[in-house]
Parts: sequence; structure tokens; C-alpha cells
Amino acid sequence: MEGGGGETMDEMGAGGGAGGNRAGGGGGGTGAIAEQIDVESYASLYTGHTKVARLHFIADYCNVRSVELEALRMAFEEIKKGENTALFKECVEKINGRLGPSHTLDQEWIDMVERRAAQRQEKLETELNGYKTNLIKESIRMGYNDLGDFHYGRGDLQHAFKCYVRTRDYCTTSKHIISMCLNVILVSIELGHFVHVSNYVSKADQTPDVQDPVVVAKLKCAAGLAYLESKKYKLAARKFVDTNFELGNNYIDVIAQQDVAVYGGLCALASFDRAELKSKVIDNINFRNFLELMPEVRELIHDFYASRYASCLGYLQKLKPNLLLDIHLYDHVDTLYEQIRHRALIQYTNPFISVDLNTMASAFKTSVAGLEKELAALITENQIQARIDSHNKILYARHADQRNATFQRVLQTGSDLQRETKALLLRANLMRHDFVMKGGPKQQ
Amino acid sequence: MDSLDALVAQVQGFSGTDDLLHLFSLLKQSDELLHTHAPRLQYALSSLDPAKHSLGYLYLLEVQSSGTLSQEQSENFLALASTFLNVCIAEQICLAPEKFNMVCRRVKEQALQLQEPLRAILPLQAAIRKLQPSSEFLTAMHADFLQMCLLAKCYKASLSVLEDDIFEIDQKRTGLVPRDFLLYCYYGGMIHIGLKQFGKALEFFQHAITAPATVLNAITIAAYKKFVLVSLIQLGQFHDCFVQVPLFPKYTPPVVQRNLKSCVQDYMDLATSYVTRNIADVKGYITTHEDAFKSDNNLGLARQVIASLYKRNIQRLTQTYLTLSLQDIADNVQLDGPKEAELHILQMIQDGEIFARINQKDGMVSFQEDPEQYNTSAMTMRLNLEIHNIVRLAKKLTSVDEQVSCDQVYLSKIGRDRPRYETEDFDIVPQKMYTNL
Repeated sequence: MEGGGGETMDEMGAGGGAGGNRAGGGGGGTGAIAEQIDVESYASLYTGHTKVARLHFIADYCNVRSVELEALRMAFEEIKKGENTALFKECVEKINGRLGPSHTLDQEWIDMVERRAAQRQEKLETELNGYKTNLIKESIRMGYNDLGDFHYGRGDLQHAFKCYVRTRDYCTTSKHIISMCLNVILVSIELGHFVHVSNYVSKADQTPDVQDPVVVAKLKCAAGLAYLESKKYKLAARKFVDTNFELGNNYIDVIAQQDVAVYGGLCALASFDRAELKSKVIDNINFRNFLELMPEVRELIHDFYASRYASCLGYLQKLKPNLLLDIHLYDHVDTLYEQIRHRALIQYTNPFISVDLNTMASAFKTSVAGLEKELAALITENQIQARIDSHNKILYARHADQRNATFQRVLQTGSDLQRETKALLLRANLMRHDFVMKGGPKQQ
Repeated sequence: MDSLDALVAQVQGFSGTDDLLHLFSLLKQSDELLHTHAPRLQYALSSLDPAKHSLGYLYLLEVQSSGTLSQEQSENFLALASTFLNVCIAEQICLAPEKFNMVCRRVKEQALQLQEPLRAILPLQAAIRKLQPSSEFLTAMHADFLQMCLLAKCYKASLSVLEDDIFEIDQKRTGLVPRDFLLYCYYGGMIHIGLKQFGKALEFFQHAITAPATVLNAITIAAYKKFVLVSLIQLGQFHDCFVQVPLFPKYTPPVVQRNLKSCVQDYMDLATSYVTRNIADVKGYITTHEDAFKSDNNLGLARQVIASLYKRNIQRLTQTYLTLSLQDIADNVQLDGPKEAELHILQMIQDGEIFARINQKDGMVSFQEDPEQYNTSAMTMRLNLEIHNIVRLAKKLTSVDEQVSCDQVYLSKIGRDRPRYETEDFDIVPQKMYTNL
């Protein structure tokens, strides 16, 4: 097992997941700065395609050789359990022989799988044609479904997508529709077509009698992912915090419970205001269950709410390296962090008439000059109503004088009106006398 | 010889108000006569009194000044014309506005030829006043007058004319052509730029751009270029990206809208780089395109754009800081050093563009709020005045509206479009009532 015993803190698998190398429970860092991701326990949270995709992603971006190799090794083993030969070849290329002879291109295995797959495909297709001639709706639907599953297993996502969509015409009960939607959503997430994800989530939502809480939770997660991808953080947060804890491990081929906690928590911090944060996240019993799985996120949110900004930002920094390895979150981490930091700054200055920048800088663990620049930027964007006394390094709250502002606006509107009306009268007269600049011979 | 003397006698005789029209028709017919007797016109002119026999004098002057004139003839003509324009009788010359315009144009040309535009200013101003039925009318001489003021750099002289709001355009009474209007707007805008009244300059240029037109012309293009630069200076933006204000007001003629942008690409790029508020970019842009600006005579204006960008950046600082060191200001605004920052700020305080105090000991500037509290009697009077102005304007608007509603052409168009009611409860609108018989 790469990583040694007892050195690395387990970041992701604190509550759930099978055993792995864990050096103590989750909770606040006790000094280990270079937190490394424990690949095995991370991967054990997932199954199916997303497991392999995540492992590959980690291998590509983690920059630490040991972790990379570990990830690739696990990916290799996982792929071998399935039938996706293309992905197998890709994985082997990435490994590049570094893991020894047992992890190289096993041409025999490839050929066997290809043969088997070809046979199965033929069989499925003939069966499907048979069903089509017989016009039995249910069989056709199941035929397409099986074909879709087959293609999905082979990694041929486009075909899988098409097959699943074709089942729509043959769905008779809401259960069928739901399963069709879920299949399409699964494939679309993997393809990265989040527009389809939102479409099919809404289709599934509109189906009558959607009772099963697990299904509802799955749909909420999928919708949340779609919003996250399109940078609609507030909507994403709402979806995630509303996800029922009954989701359990039923959706681990897409998202783990820890992920719900992380995504929901971060998006909520970045986009909810204080009231919403309290009611939807902190007081939300359901979401609390998720947060138990990720104690850092729970602490982080509580610190933010209680204005312990230094500690909150500290947790964020600790989580950052691992979040950058998450396939859904990595390109949003910077934006979310920035938004959270801005919110923290704004929230800090909100109750005061004057703020000493030195104290504030130590609360945020940053330098006064840097803080001043950040605050100046926020003031220019009108997020903070204040002014900076750069000489004494104090921030003074400043409230616009409504009366003066009104007077100014009135005078301005008056002169604008006069100007516009005069121009209008002039133009009207020009038109009336047909005073139009026409082309033609040069005028004197 | 005789015919000319006869004509002179007729002029002297008929210049009473009753016979003016008769005189007018006589003069119209005797155009050729005057031309043949050109050398003797001088004597004829001296025997007429411009103050009493304005109409005749006008015709004689016009013929005398046609064709190229020698230096001496120019001087002579200019002198005569100046006195004439100052003393002529308005009613008489109003009968022949085209001739009058032509004489004035000759005055302008001769003044230019003698390179003394100053001499033409007062006579032309008098001419404008004489020809205008009221101060709201535009005449053909407005453009020439403004041009002379520009060339002579006598901006103040033109103020009294410029301050009149122009509403009326009457081609019959003033012999105006659209080109004159465009030139008036263009020169008017330039004079306001000279007087640093950028707001009014913007108004004038906007008139030039939005004037009805079916073709694009050079004056509009030149006006638009200046419009872009002046709006950068005055408003700090050319196109407000946050509020979807269109590039042109909706009433700009479509041909202008379509074609103008392609002619002024340089200026639009300047506007876009101005919005980034990066001084180095803007400066760089202007130096690279210096020739383009120079050929339009806009280089000075472009430099003013840079100056205004500094000011705007400093003004933004007043919104964020209460006190700031001169060094920080210099860094923020990309000036060369605290000394230069101090100079800029001093200038702005003097111009009343910001409210601040400089503490030289610490090298700190403290920004203050606008001390205007809007609670003085002067402010009340100002508000009162504005209200009166607007009420007057509203009355004018209503009267124009009434005029249009009673206009026959309008009513006939409306009558034709009214829907016919099928049910018997309503009388069918009688079409005939609204059409010309």
C-alpha cells in the first residue's frame, strides 16, 4: 500500500467506506500539513465507470508519483473486471510499464473480451429485431435497455445514450420512465452533457407517482451536479442540501455521500446569505447526516457562521488539494473559494462603523496591504459600503446620503428631460419641413 | 447708362413700404441689366442709402461681389457690406432671402480671402438677427458665422447666438439647406469644445448625427468622430455596457446607423480601450493611431481624452478611500510620481471636480464628501428656475402637438386608416370628412 502506515491523514473516507490506511479518525488536522489523498479508501467509495474515471483523473493531475501509480493500478484492476477494452488500452499506456509485467497490455484478454462482446452484441441485436417484428412493447423496451447496458459496459457512450433514449417510446409505466431517465442521466454525466442531465431530471420529476425517496434523492443529486457544472452555485447548493439521506450508497456509481456534503457545503457557503445558511444547512437535520461524514466541512461551515474566519479559511486550505482532484469540482474550486472569502470579508465588516485593518488582517491571517487591496476591490464593486482611511489603516462604514442623492438625481433628470425634449422638437420640425439630407448633385 | 440711373431712381422712389413688392419684381427682372453695368455699380451704390433702400442695395451689392475680386475690390466690398448688414431694414431684405444669403456668403469668402475672419464676425451676427423672424429660427448664416468665430478663435462672440435654442426651420423664409444645419451643429459643437463646455458640445453633435437623412455625408462622419471623443471626456463611457443603451439613439436615421460604424473604427476601438481604464493602453493606442487622429484634426481632443482618464481614475479613488498617500495615488493611476499626483489633484480641486485636502507633511490626501447640502436659498432658486423652464417647454410641446393634430395632411391620413365598424350601433365613420375635397 503506497503512502506508508500512519503518516497520511485520511481525507475522504472518514465515516463510510471500507478500511484502508487511516491514522486516526477524521476531524481537525493535528499538524500534518501535506495531506495526501488515500487512493484506496477514496476509490472504495465508488463503483462502476465513475470509479475508473476518478482514478484516471487523480492519476493525471496529482503530480505525486506514488499516488499516481496507486491510482493507475486500481484503475487497471477495475477495468479488467469489465469489458471496456478501449479504456484498458488507455490505462496501460498511462501505466507505461511502471508497475511491472503484471500490468501490461494483455492482448489475450483483449481478444477474448472483444470476441465475447461481438457475440453478445449480435445476439442482442437479433433478439431486438425479433421483438420489433413481434411488436411487443415491453420486450422491445427491454431489448433496447439491454443493448444500452451492453454499450455502456463497452464504454461506447454515444451508442448507449441513443439506445436508452429509444426506450422512451416503449415505456409504459412510470417505473420504466424513471429507469430510462436515470440511465440517460448516468450516461450524460459521464459524457459531460449536463444539458441533457437537467432535461431528463425535469422529465423524471414530472412523472406521476415518484415515491421512492432513493429515486428522488438520486434525481436531486443529478440536478445539483448539472447546476454545479453550469456554475449556478446557489441552485446547486439548494439541490444538494435537499437531498434525502436515504440516498445512502445507492448512487455510488455517480456520487458518494461525502461528495454531497462537500459540494453542498461549499456551494452553500459561497452563495447563501446568513439566514439561508442557518435554515437550510446548519439547522437542516437531513443534511447534518451528510456533514457527519465530512467533519471538516461541518466544522468549516460552523466556523464561518460563528465568524471564526481564520479557522474556517484554514480548513478550506487543507481541503483544497484533494478537491482539485475531484472530477466535478476541480474547475470550480478557485471560484468557490474566492466567493467564500469575499463573503467572509463582507460579513466581517458588516456590523461595524469602523474596523481596524490590523485586527482584521490578523483575523484573516493575511497582510494589511493585501487586505487593503481586497477591500478596495470589494468597495469598487459596491459589495461593501465603506471607505478606507489608508493613513491610519481604518475602514469606515459609509452610508449614502439619500437626500443629497435624490437632489442630484432630480437635477440630472430635469436637464436630461429638457435636452431630450428640445432635440425632439427640433427633429420634428426638420421632418415637417422635409429637411432631409439627400444624395444627388453637390449642394452649394 | 440710363437704365441704370432709372433703376436707381426707382429704388429710391419705391423703397417705401407700399411699393416694396413692385420694387422687388422690378429688381428681379433687372438682374441682367445690373450685370452689364457692373463697373458703374460703385456710383450707384454710393447714391443709395443702405438704411432706407435696403432691397436695392442688396441687389447691387450682390452683383458687385460676383466673380473674383481684386484685393482692393475685396476691401471695398467688405466695408460696404459690413455697414449694410448692420443697418439694413429687416422687412425689405426678408423678401429676397436667397440674395441676402449669397451676399453674406460672399462676405465670408472675402474675409477668408483677406485672411481676416474677425472682420466678418460682427456683420454676420447682425445679419443673422435681421433675417431671423425670431430667435428660434435657424438661418443659413449661422454656420458661416460660427465658422468665422472658430477661425478667429473668438469663441465668446458666438455665445449669444449659440445660446438660443433652435426649433424652427423654415426654408422659405430663410433659404436654408440641410447642409447648413449640419454645419451649424458641427461648428457649434466645436465652439463648445473650445469653451470646454463638453455637455453642450455633445448635444450639438448628437443633433448632427440624428438629423434625418437618406445618405451619409462627410459632415455627419466628422461630427460622429468628435462625438465619440467628447462623450469619452464628458461621460467617461461611450457605450454603457451594463444598461443596454444602444450605440445610437433610436431615432437616428437607419442609413446613418448602418454605415457609420465602419467609417469610424479607430474611434470605436479607442472607446473600448478607454473603458478598461488602463492609461498605458489608451496612451499606446493613441500614439499608434496618431496619424489617423491628426488627419481628422482630432489629436488635441484625443490628448484631452487621456487627461480625462486620469481624472476619472482619481475620482474613482475618492469613492473607495478616505485618505490615501500621494505615492499610492500615483501607483494606482499610473502617474509618474507623488509630485505629479499632487499637481493633478491640485488642478482637480481648483476645477471643483473633487473635494480633498492635501497634507504635505505626511504626503497624504484626504477626500471629503461634496459639501453641497442642497439647503441654501440659491439652490431653491435654481430649482425654481429649472421648474419654470420645464413648464415652458411642456407648453411648447403641447402647442406643437395641437398644431399637428389640426394639420390637414395628418387628419387625412388618420381618416383613411380608421377601421370601419360593422355593427349598426356605430355610425360608419364618414371618410369624406377627413379627406381633401
